[in-house]
Amino acid sequence: MSTAIMSKRKPDEPGLISRVLFYLLLGFGAVLSVFPFYWMFVVASNDKTAAFQIPPLLIPGTEFFNNFSRVLERTDFFKALINSLIVSTTVTLSVVFLCTLAGYAFAKFEFPLKKTLFVFVIGTMLVPAQLGVLPLYVIMAKLQWIDSYKALIVPGMVNAFGIFWMRQYISSAVHSELIEAGRMDGGGHFRIFWNIAIPVVTPAMATLGIINFMNVWNDFFWPLVVLKNRENYTIQIALQQLFTNKDGLDYGMIMSATFAATLPLLIVFLLFSRWVISGLTSGAVKS
Amino acid sequence: MAEPAAAATTSPNMAKRSLLSERGRSRLTAYLFISPFFILFAIFGLYPILFTIYLSFYKWDALGPMKYVGFRNYELITTDPTFWISFSNTLIMGLMGTLPQVIVALFVAVMLNSALNKYKNIFRILYFMPNITSIVAVTLVFSTMFGNNGMINWLLTSTGLDSVPFNSGWWGVKIAISTMVMWRWMGYNAIIFLSGLQSIPTDIYEASRIDGANRRQQMLFITLPLLRPFILFVTLVSTIGALQLFTEPYVFLGQSGTGSTRQEGVTMVTYLYNEAFKNGFFGTAAATAVLLLIATILFSLLNMIISSRMGGESGGKKA
Repeated sequence: MSTAIMSKRKPDEPGLISRVLFYLLLGFGAVLSVFPFYWMFVVASNDKTAAFQIPPLLIPGTEFFNNFSRVLERTDFFKALINSLIVSTTVTLSVVFLCTLAGYAFAKFEFPLKKTLFVFVIGTMLVPAQLGVLPLYVIMAKLQWIDSYKALIVPGMVNAFGIFWMRQYISSAVHSELIEAGRMDGGGHFRIFWNIAIPVVTPAMATLGIINFMNVWNDFFWPLVVLKNRENYTIQIALQQLFTNKDGLDYGMIMSATFAATLPLLIVFLLFSRWVISGLTSGAVKS
Repeated sequence: MAEPAAAATTSPNMAKRSLLSERGRSRLTAYLFISPFFILFAIFGLYPILFTIYLSFYKWDALGPMKYVGFRNYELITTDPTFWISFSNTLIMGLMGTLPQVIVALFVAVMLNSALNKYKNIFRILYFMPNITSIVAVTLVFSTMFGNNGMINWLLTSTGLDSVPFNSGWWGVKIAISTMVMWRWMGYNAIIFLSGLQSIPTDIYEASRIDGANRRQQMLFITLPLLRPFILFVTLVSTIGALQLFTEPYVFLGQSGTGSTRQEGVTMVTYLYNEAFKNGFFGTAAATAVLLLIATILFSLLNMIISSRMGGESGGKKA
């Protein structure tokens, strides 16, 4: 009997001990990934000295709102949050629309140089954007866009990753027969795009939207270069400003702001994690 | 009814409608649909990079007239010790942040993919979480841990080791910054490797098992070779990212207002940023950008050469 079961089991089926070890190891990595989030909240909800207690304090306290009120004394946190919201939303709407449009063209149209142009689009993903920052700054100065959201929004209105992502999805999700049929009925190209293609590809558009929103929300370098006036700071710049303080660092205050700025993204991520993960890792999977 | 309305939405070529064939019209539409990317890229992507190369031969403060100086900017930065420190810092931190991370990510991916793992989705989410945090937030959180009396030093001293000055020591700063990079990207790369692993058909493993291959042999002769494109992608992207390192050192060393050119953590992009936006030397900053571009191309090529060399059965080396 037992030999019968044995032979059914795969020869290298691991025993209980290796299974426990396996989960311990995997769990340890997961704890390391999550702990900083928890720690953020622990420091944010305890008094100033919490970050440097020995042994480290590991239990959330009750000081969160106290700490956070000191954030509001020093910086207009909610203004920065709204600024980030405006910029991220505008960029995202534009990216989703323009990338879907371009992805649709690359997926469903035939035109000269199509392949070359698409490879070119992909190639631009490997060009580090920071390298052009000086002339870009000069362009913005010439346009008088320094310290304006236009400088943050316009260059980001369409991107290569989005085109790539939408093209891949549209290629398989939108059937060419549908488009043909639409043409037969006399529909214009844009009309077919809008009425036939878009309803089918909304999941991919939503994923692109979430990813793009997070990227713009988290951006630091370019806003740092073009935003001068405190009132225009995005949330990342506002956070960084809290950290440059000569008279001792108030970590409870800093962490409460960091936590408040991270929480919205964390919630969005946890709600849509499957989409976000598949979107963010698709570049590698498809290439 | 549909005819005129549709024509109106495709408006720019409406007038030519009768002149264009169906094929011509659809080509024109396609170009129109993809044009926003090319227009924006030309203005805000390509032109700035070309202009950077041009600018690197001029002396300029972004306001007054430009003055041609030949290779003088390159001379200036290559004789500036800080530039070379920024260069070596970038390479050291790139190596410290990328190499262990890729190896660990590979192990994590194999574990996540293992048949033993009954909670794939939960672990995937947990491991991925760090990547959604902003770099500023990551840096701030780790700054509290890497303080002189912070948690990491407590861990070190309580295990009998010496504490490390993470925010001022030559290696301390680099370790702290590399840790931040690793934390934010390890899970992301593990998930990429995981999707690579899932793309390997299971019957290959079945077949090799019948041929008597053990787990180690399967790993060396099946998994790693088939994972090569993913390893190449991850190392390539990580390398390019590592050369662009800016936010972590800028924020981490920006505390207490000492500025971000502290030698322990100055990187090439920090150097560039300071030359341009603190000192107003756009020419030398542009020269730095050009050297960084060259370094990026060289390291990308190196990456591809190494990974094409580690072909077939010698796929055991992960770097």
